[in-house]
Order: sequence, then C-alpha cells, then structure tokens
Amino acid sequence: MSDVVEKTLTALPSLLSLDSQPGSGKLSSTSKLGNLIRGITELTSKHEEEKLIQRELSSIKEQVASPNTSMRQMKELMVRAIYCEMLGYEASFSYIHAIKLAQQGTVLEKRVGYLAVSLFLNESHELLLLLVNTVLKDLQSTNLIEVCMALTVVSQMFPKDMIPAILPLVEEKLTHPKEIIRRKAVLALYKFYLIAPNQVQHIHNKFRKALCDKDPGVMTASLHIYLQMIKENPEGYKDLTASFVTILKQVVGGKLPMDFNYHSVPAPWLQIQLLRILSLLGKDDQSTSEMMYEVLDESLRRAEMNHNITYAILYECVKSIYTIHPKAELLEKAAKCIGNFVLSPKINLKYLGLKALTYVVQQDANLALQHQLTIIECLDHSDLVIKRETLELLFRITNAQNVTVIVEKMLEFLRLSKDDYTTIDLVGKVAELAEKYAPDNEWFIETMNTVFSLGGDMMQPDIPNSFLRLLSEGFDSTEEDRQLRLFAVDSYVSLLQGEPGRLPQRFLQVISWVLGEYSHLREGLEPATTLRLLAKLLDMKHTSSETKSWVLLAMSKLCEGPDCVSLAQELSERHGGSLDTVLRQRVQELRHLSEDAELRASVLPRDAAQEPLEVDSSLSFLDGFVSEALSAGAAPYKPPHQRQEELAQAKALSLEPYGLSLPISMSSCSLADRQSPTLLSMSSGLSGNSTDLSHKGGSTTLKLDGVKRVWGKDGYLAQKEPVEESAQVEVPSPLCSPSRQGGADSTHSQTPTPTPTPEPEKEKQQLASSLFVGLGSQSSVCLMGKSEQTPQRFRRKAKGQGSSSGASEQISNSHYSTQSTVDNLLCNNLLDSTVTSDLAVSTPEQTPQLSQEVATTNGTCDAEQDLIEETDPGNSPSLIRANSTVTADPPAHKDPDRPKDSCLSSHLPAELAGLSHSEIIPLCSSQNLDLSACHVQKEDALLLVIFIENSSDSDIEQMLLQTESDELEVSCVTDSPVEAVRSLSVSVYQYSLMVKRPAAHVALAGTASYQLPSGESQVMQFSYRLPLTSFIRPLCVSTEEYGTLWLAFSQDTKQNLALLNDGQDPLTATLDVLKNKLQLHVVDIIGAEGIVACRLLQGQPCLMHCRVHAGSLAVWLRSPVPDLPDCLLYHCQRALQEH
Amino acid sequence: MHSFTFHCVSPSCSDQSPLSFPQMQFMLLFSRQGKLRLQKWYVPLSDKERKKISRDLVQTILARKPKMCSFLEWRDLKIVYKRYASLYFCCAVEDQDNELITLEIIHRYVELLDKYFGSVCELDIIFNFEKAYFILDEFLLGGEAQETSKKNVLKAIEQADLLQEVIHVCIAV
Repeated sequence: MSDVVEKTLTALPSLLSLDSQPGSGKLSSTSKLGNLIRGITELTSKHEEEKLIQRELSSIKEQVASPNTSMRQMKELMVRAIYCEMLGYEASFSYIHAIKLAQQGTVLEKRVGYLAVSLFLNESHELLLLLVNTVLKDLQSTNLIEVCMALTVVSQMFPKDMIPAILPLVEEKLTHPKEIIRRKAVLALYKFYLIAPNQVQHIHNKFRKALCDKDPGVMTASLHIYLQMIKENPEGYKDLTASFVTILKQVVGGKLPMDFNYHSVPAPWLQIQLLRILSLLGKDDQSTSEMMYEVLDESLRRAEMNHNITYAILYECVKSIYTIHPKAELLEKAAKCIGNFVLSPKINLKYLGLKALTYVVQQDANLALQHQLTIIECLDHSDLVIKRETLELLFRITNAQNVTVIVEKMLEFLRLSKDDYTTIDLVGKVAELAEKYAPDNEWFIETMNTVFSLGGDMMQPDIPNSFLRLLSEGFDSTEEDRQLRLFAVDSYVSLLQGEPGRLPQRFLQVISWVLGEYSHLREGLEPATTLRLLAKLLDMKHTSSETKSWVLLAMSKLCEGPDCVSLAQELSERHGGSLDTVLRQRVQELRHLSEDAELRASVLPRDAAQEPLEVDSSLSFLDGFVSEALSAGAAPYKPPHQRQEELAQAKALSLEPYGLSLPISMSSCSLADRQSPTLLSMSSGLSGNSTDLSHKGGSTTLKLDGVKRVWGKDGYLAQKEPVEESAQVEVPSPLCSPSRQGGADSTHSQTPTPTPTPEPEKEKQQLASSLFVGLGSQSSVCLMGKSEQTPQRFRRKAKGQGSSSGASEQISNSHYSTQSTVDNLLCNNLLDSTVTSDLAVSTPEQTPQLSQEVATTNGTCDAEQDLIEETDPGNSPSLIRANSTVTADPPAHKDPDRPKDSCLSSHLPAELAGLSHSEIIPLCSSQNLDLSACHVQKEDALLLVIFIENSSDSDIEQMLLQTESDELEVSCVTDSPVEAVRSLSVSVYQYSLMVKRPAAHVALAGTASYQLPSGESQVMQFSYRLPLTSFIRPLCVSTEEYGTLWLAFSQDTKQNLALLNDGQDPLTATLDVLKNKLQLHVVDIIGAEGIVACRLLQGQPCLMHCRVHAGSLAVWLRSPVPDLPDCLLYHCQRALQEH
Repeated sequence: MHSFTFHCVSPSCSDQSPLSFPQMQFMLLFSRQGKLRLQKWYVPLSDKERKKISRDLVQTILARKPKMCSFLEWRDLKIVYKRYASLYFCCAVEDQDNELITLEIIHRYVELLDKYFGSVCELDIIFNFEKAYFILDEFLLGGEAQETSKKNVLKAIEQADLLQEVIHVCIAV
C-alpha cells in the first residue's frame, strides 16, 4: 500500500486543491457546513444565532435518525454537529451516531467518526464502552490507517476497565515494522500508565525495548512513560542514567536525522524531555549527578543561538543544574544564563528569568541582589503577570527588615487584582509574612485589617482563626499582649464608627470577637458605646446570620448595667422570632445573661480566652463507643476526602451524560508550589545542604570556591547596621549594573560609586535598599544554627524561620529506599539490550553491584534464579526480597501446649529473627489451616509476616493470599502465587507495608484461598490492624532545615497536651517520653520550646513544635501529608496518657 | 468547612492518590472576536467546566495588550498563548512546565497548518476544522508531543488524506 502512497504523493497538491472546487462529491458537504458558517457570520445578534443553530441541530437530528442516511452523509452531519458543539450548543443526540460512524464507515468516514467521538465524549462517558469493539476490530485490521486511527483514539481516551481487553493487541504493535504504529502504541501504553498504572506493570521491559528502538520518534515517545515513572520512583531507574546521558549527547551532537531539527536546533522537545528526566535522577544524588555534568555543560554551550527554542533549552538546563547535586562551575554558568534572561528586553524571557530567580533565590540570594534594579523595574511593570511573578520572588526573600516594603507592594497588587485565585493566594502570603516578621503591633494590626478587608470572605479560614489565636494566646510579655489587644480594639472601634457596611463578614466576625473579649482594656470606652456599635451591625442588610451570632455573643460578654437590659430586651423582641435557631438562641442567652450579672461572670469570665481549653481532638474518650458500634455492625468512619472520592467515583458511573467529572488538574506539587514554597524549598535544599556540609568539615568533596553562598538565615541580622548604611553598601550603581549581570559575587565588597544619579533612579535605589536589605550578607553564614538571636518575632510564631538551608538529604533519600519495587533493571547497559531478564532480586541498596554482576555474566541469570528457589533466605541475604515465601521444615514434635507465639516465631525468616516483632496473633483458622501474623519493624521497612500453619495430614494446594487496604500499600514479593503448604508444616509469607493514607490505626484485609486434596476450594478472610506508630521513624534534621521544612508544609494541627512533671524539666521529660515511645527525633530544645521531627517510612515528614504554656504543652504539628498531623497527635496523646 | 468553588476543579488537596495528567491539559483556538475555532481537551472535564474555562480564558486573553507577556497564571495552571494574525492559540500546562517550549509547540502547529493549507488563514481553519484536528492529533497525542518532525507529521496526514482522495477519484471515475 505504501508504494501506492509513494507514487501518488507527487500528485497530492493538485488532489488537495480539489477541496475548494465546487462539483466534486465531497464538496456538497463542505458547502453545507460552509452555508452554516456563512449563515452564522451574517447574523448580528446572539439570539439569531441561537435560533439558527437550533434549527440546524433539529435538522441534523432528523437526518441522523433516518434509516436512509448513508454513512457518507452521516460523516458530513457529524462535522456539522462538531461545529455546533464547538459554538457551545449541545448535540448529545449525535454521540451515539459518532460511535456508529466509527464502527461502520469506510476508512474516511471512520476517521471523522473517531474524531467526533474524541471531541464529544470524555474519558468517563459511558458510551465509550460501545467503542471498545470497534477499536478491537480496527487494531486487528490489515489497513495501517485503520490501526493508526484506533491507536490514536485509544491514546486519547479509553475506559479504564476495558484496558485488559485491548492490551495484548497494543503490546503486539510494539514490534510492528512501521514506526508510526510503534510510536502510537507506545503513546497508548503511556495513556494506560497514566490512568491505570497497575495494568501495565508487567510490561516494563517492553518500555525498555521502546527506549532502545532504532526510530528516534518511538524512542522519544517512550520517554513520556519514563518521565512519569521516574517522577514516581527515581531510585528505580538510576541505572538508566548513563543511557539517557548518552542519548542526550548524541542529540546535542546532531546525530539525529535532519527531520528532527526545529529551526536548526536538533530535536528540542527530546532534549528538554531528557533534561527533565536527568534532573529527577540527579536530585539529591551526587554520584548520579556527576554523570551528567559534562552533557549539561555541553547543552549550555550548544544552545547559543538567539531563538526562543534555544532559550527553552537553556531554561531547562538551568533548572536541572539547580536541581541536581551542585557543581560550582555549572552553577556559575547557570547564574549567568538567568542573568541574561532577567535582563532581556523580551518580556517572555524576562518572565522566565524571574521564575528561575524565584526558583533559585533561596540557594543563592546574591543572584537576586545582582538584579535588584531589574526586579524593581518589574515590580512597576504594566503587565500584572510580571508584577505577580516579581512578588512571588520577593515573598521568598522576605525577612524582618524588608517585610514592610514587600507587604506594602503585595497589598498594592491585591488592590488591583480582580482574580479570586490570586487574591486568596496573596492574602495568605501576606498574612504569613505579617505573622512571622511584623516589626510592631500597629503595623501588624493594620496589615491584618487590610488582609481581612481585601481577602474578604474568600480567604482561607485559617487566617482569621490563627489571628484570633495569636491575640488570645499572647506572647511572653503581658504588657505587649495588652498593647496589641488595645491597639486592635482602638482600630476596630474606629472602623465600626466609619462604614462597617463595606467590611466583609469574616472581618466583622473577627471585630466582634475582639471587641467582646478585649474592649474593656480601653479605659474610657464605655461598654454601652461598644454595644451600640455592635448593635448597629445587626441592623445592616448584608450581615449574615453567622455574623449576627458572633455579634450577639460579643454583646453577651459586654452587657452590663440597666441600659443593657433594655437593649437586650429590645433585641430579643426584634430577633427572637428569627428563623435561624442559632440566632434565636444567642438572643435568648443575651437577654438572660444581661439580667443576671453573676451568671454571666461565671459563664463568660473575662480573659477566659487565655485559659487553654482542654480539647481532646482525637476524641479518644469515644474509643469505647466506637468499637462497640463497630462490633455491632456499624460502618467504619470515613474521612471526608475519602467520602468525596467515593462520591466522585459513584458519580462517574451515573447515567447523566456529564456527571460531576474528575477534577481538572495536575500533579499535586504544582498546587503546593503556588500556595506555599514547598517545592522550591525542597529543591533548593541541595545547595543549602552542601554549604552546610562543607562548613562542618567536608564530609562531601564538594568545592564551592567559585560561588560564594552567602545566603544564610535571614541575612544581615546579626550586624545590626542601620538600614540606610547597609543599603548604601549593597546598592550597586545603576550605571554598572547591566555589565555586572551574572558577574561575580563581589556585590557587598563594592564601594558605592559616587556617581550623581537622577531623581527617579534615586527613588528606585531607595526602594532597592529597602527591599534587599538583609540579603546576602557574608556574616550570615555563621549565623546559621541558632535561631533565637534573630530579632524577628520568634515569640510570635516560634517556628518557621525563613532559613535557606533546605530539606535534608536524608528525607529525600529515605523516601525511596524502602520501596521494594526494583524493576527488572539487571541489564546495566541498556543500549546493548542483549539481556532481558525478568529477574527481580536484591534490595534497592544492593542493586548496583548486583546488576553489574549479572550484566557481566549474562549466562548466570538463569542459574541464579534456580538458586533462589532452593536456598534458604538466611544464606543469601542479598536475595531476601526475592523469595519472601519459604517453606520451613515441619517442627519435629509439635507441642500443643507450647505458646503459639514462640512456636511460630521460630519460623520467622532468619534475617528477621534478630529483630523485635509484635506479638503473633491469630488471624483466622479453618480445620486445616491456621493463619497468624505479626509485624516486624525494620529501620527502613515494615514487614508483615503471615504464618500459614497446616495442621492437617494432607497437603494444601494452590495457596493464594490476597490483600487489600485503603490505607496501606502492600507489596507482596512472592514470585509464584501458587504455593503448596505441606502437611504439618508452616509457610511464611512476607509483605512489605507502606502507608498510603495515614490514619491512627491502619488496617489491611485479605483473603486466603486454597485447595483441599479433595479438589475442593476454600476461602478464608482475615484482617490485620496496626498502629501508625509502627511506620514512624525519627527524622534527623538540623534546626535550619527544620525551619525551611516547616514553612513548606501546609497541613497543620494545633493542640494542647498534658505536660509530664517527673521532677526534672517537664519539657525535656515529656519530649523524652514521646521520643522513646514514638521514635520521634528531638531536634532542639530552646528555653520553653522544643522542636521535634519524624517521618513516615517512605519519607513523608511530620514536624512538631512544642511550647510550654500555662502548665500544658502547646503543640503544633505540620506535614505535607493530610491527616498525618492528626494521627500523630492522637498517638502523642495516647503515649502521654499511658505514661 | 469552607471550600472554594475552584478547589473542586483543581486537584490534589483532597486527592490522595494524585491523578497524573499529560503535560498539556488543553488547547484552544479562538478569533479576535472571541469565537472558538478549535478546542482540544486532554484532561477529563465536564461540558460545563469546559465552557466556563474557555469563556474565562478568552475574555482574559483578549483583554491583554499585544506587548504583554505570553504567559499567565490562571487558577493553578499556566496559560501560554500567542496570536497569529486574527487567531489566538492558547495552551494550558502545569505551572512548573517550560513555557517557552509550549510556545514553540504552538508555533510548530502553526507551521504544520501553514504547510498543509499553504499559507494558512483563519478561514482555512474555520472551513476545514476537522483537518486542523487531524493535524493536531498527529502532532500532539493525548497531550504530549507525538511526533516533532514536520515531515513525518505531514506524511501521516497525507497518507490518510490520500486514501480519501484516491477513493473519491475512483468514485468520480
């Protein structure tokens, strides 16, 4: 066929031009569409258009339903239906006909049918099921174009559950002689991987083949899958680094066919994809990073042409260089690149420059210093997008000295912005900065006033909450507390005297609470005055009933004296009949309390907010009730997110054509990135670390001679130089600034040039000095370590220092070290592709050596595998994971009286015998089999060991264990699922567990099925529950790292815990108990505060800040993982209770 | 307790097992008058969401001045757009993606259209929008660049077209 194609190719242009000539058969259709389009353009009003389209649609509807309509006419009708849908009119009646067209039409009609399907339906549409058969048929067609069409539609959408039906056919296409088919098949598999990763788990070595494909297009397509897989598990693919580097080298060196050039740059998309993969592989991994330095350097060097596409590559290079383990020489070049971007007159490049600066600024604040004037220009840029990105950058360099200027700029932007999403994001950031760095009370209250007014009712609810908390809990000095509260009261009274009608509800609620609680502090302010102001709020039209309840509660606190009684009386008459029951209750309360001063004093004592309320948020006192209810058959509690998820799933199957669909979205990190500095601070960890290390005496060989990393804690703080002076030193003369782009780090050593500067320039310099104060001072490095000396408001928010040093390497490393999925990566040299072994042996740490061994001695693969099957695991420690099921010898004489535990524990695999294990508990039993289990806590893993004891005289065949859990990821490492349990013996199964979703207790359920000698199959069910504490490991971080991490996490919980009083320092005593019982790591104890860190097995950290306050321990937990803080808190509480 | 409307649209915060999406989430082509000329969605969204998103974006982008930056943040996505004559091309990618390469994806698509139609104009795309879709599907598949070689993309399209034309010619004869 391709021959025919080749021959006719020359005739193509003339054939195509037929399209626009009248008379040809196809054109009547075009003209019908044409008529429609022309008709629409001639119309003047939206209404007329609607009428026309409705007419059109009903005519289409009539025709598609008619049995006389030929497939060719149908094709033309579909095109028109697509057009109507694009204009926003629904044509759902045509969906089924689109499927029919794809099914029954000839090739060219089919093509339109498939297109219509892919445009009309979305992934979860149930009609898509009807397409499966058509796809199946076309995949088997001998016509290449039909196969292509089927693969194209599959790569765009396919019902998840039907993947197994076509998977073998798609896999088969990976060896198709035509590269276009292979390429599309790879992309179809990529799609499957995205929507159902488990379904394609078994064909990972086929991905490898695709990566080695001789056609660059197929290889490029396979990189999509690799990028995704490496994102999820970089440890599993480290051995491919050399191959990726080689490929990139070849691409950069121009070894690909010219077709792949884009504006004479060789395969830029491929280059960028490879750079992304390399940065994932090299992150926090020095030896892997070292492999790529050369090619990164080469890429930087080659991408010199002045074209967008080379900038795109440069940008990706820079990102990679700052992500992987740092190398001074490369960092220097990358910094220069960023400089070029920032200074570029092209606005798109400038934007990317700012974005890159934001990305690296915590590692290298100097870079921001070098470009301060450009940054200031960008701050006043007419394009809000640029402004916004600049604010993002400033947010990351905020410290106690520049906070007022930066917050002012942010508020300025907020007043301009009309986009809700931006508003919420920025308001949150301002509140965060204000709490952390507020220079004085007045500023703090005023800033928060603006936050509340601008954020309105959209902002995150925790902003007002934590503000009120801050006011009520106070700081170390009571005088200061009083001052702050007094100031708040004054400010609110004057706001209420102004135009309270314009204030958002949330703000009014805050005002009411504060006035109710603290207005007595202001001497000379009569309660009656405050009451009148508050009462005014009740009469306002826009006040919501929630706010009214707040107002009434505040009034209840204030009402005193005879005036108030009458006011309360009046209010109760007016609102007593309200439909809102809460409101009615509040009014009644107000009336009663106003009449009975004594009662009021006992119900609402003054300053009660300072007394910590003991709230048991884990509700542990209900445990008994819950377990009773559960045993009585109640459904277990599901947290809201789970319910929502299930709801969404249920909706996906609903009969509505468009149910509530899956969320639009992206990987979780991007959101985090916007809202909090999570990603950045994590990734900026590398070089922060390295500085740290080199200071400690160099456990690494990293040399940072070329680059001075002067970004310390919060910069200049220790020197206490007057602001003006430091500013002068830091501001480079505007005249020399362009030439200094990317230049050395001599900024601070420079003496100011006494060039006379024009007036506006001077203004900019002043702004610069106030913005960049505190950045990049050399002394800051030695400041690292002790945080409490800094003049920022530690006492206000004790945690969250804006420290620059990043996440510890430990976190990121441990993140993956426990993952047991070692892919079939034994063939070290991928491009050789001679060895493809399905063997999956060895623990991750041992993979490199082992894989090399196997790779070099190719022939041993099989032998080794045989070996595994026979040997006892104890003899070959490196093969532990491969054979987690071992059949132990039956005990010589089984003593029925012997406690089961000790009897079974002798069956623990040898390598686990030395470790402590939990009590072995029976899971379930039948007349033949007894199942018991225990878990073994290892440093880097949690293993579940299931013992299957065959007490009968006959062998059990086809033993199959299956487990599932919502909270846990259970990986069984058994190769052969069918297993026989010999008579009177014990089989041991090992599973490695990881937490998917934290809960105070995590459970897994399972079934054991087996066959009796009689051939009868039996099934048993069991479940196993274990506390989250088994998964918690200490997280060793330094105080600075802790600070950075703290800022990055969004999930938090606060609570008061009981403080132990064992004679010695109560804080230390309490933390010691927690440390011993829960394996937490106590990072630091400073005075009455302590910081503690731990992580889950797979690395997700949880941080805890503790402060002794009013006889109890106020703890505040933060983590990137939802629910983890709550669960940990629960266990802390239990641990302290049990103590 | 308080959740924001777009948090239902956007991902992750409630989603425990993050769904993976392709790099490009959707592509829109619209005219200076705000008329949609082509839309391709690579993430599953309801009809209503799609309409809302395209309406919002068309408005936002049309309000921007020509010298302004081609990128903008919108909800938690990064929008990359470029105007060619009377037509706007607009793509949504994730925030941490490379905006410049996305811009070049748009440009490559325009090049392909140009080569196929022979100095393409808005009318070509209006009247032959299904062709524009076919070309897009050969270039970007499921939200990822499928084939970046111009020659290969056009070859694939031409082969499929040719089949049509051959059949037509046969019928005509």
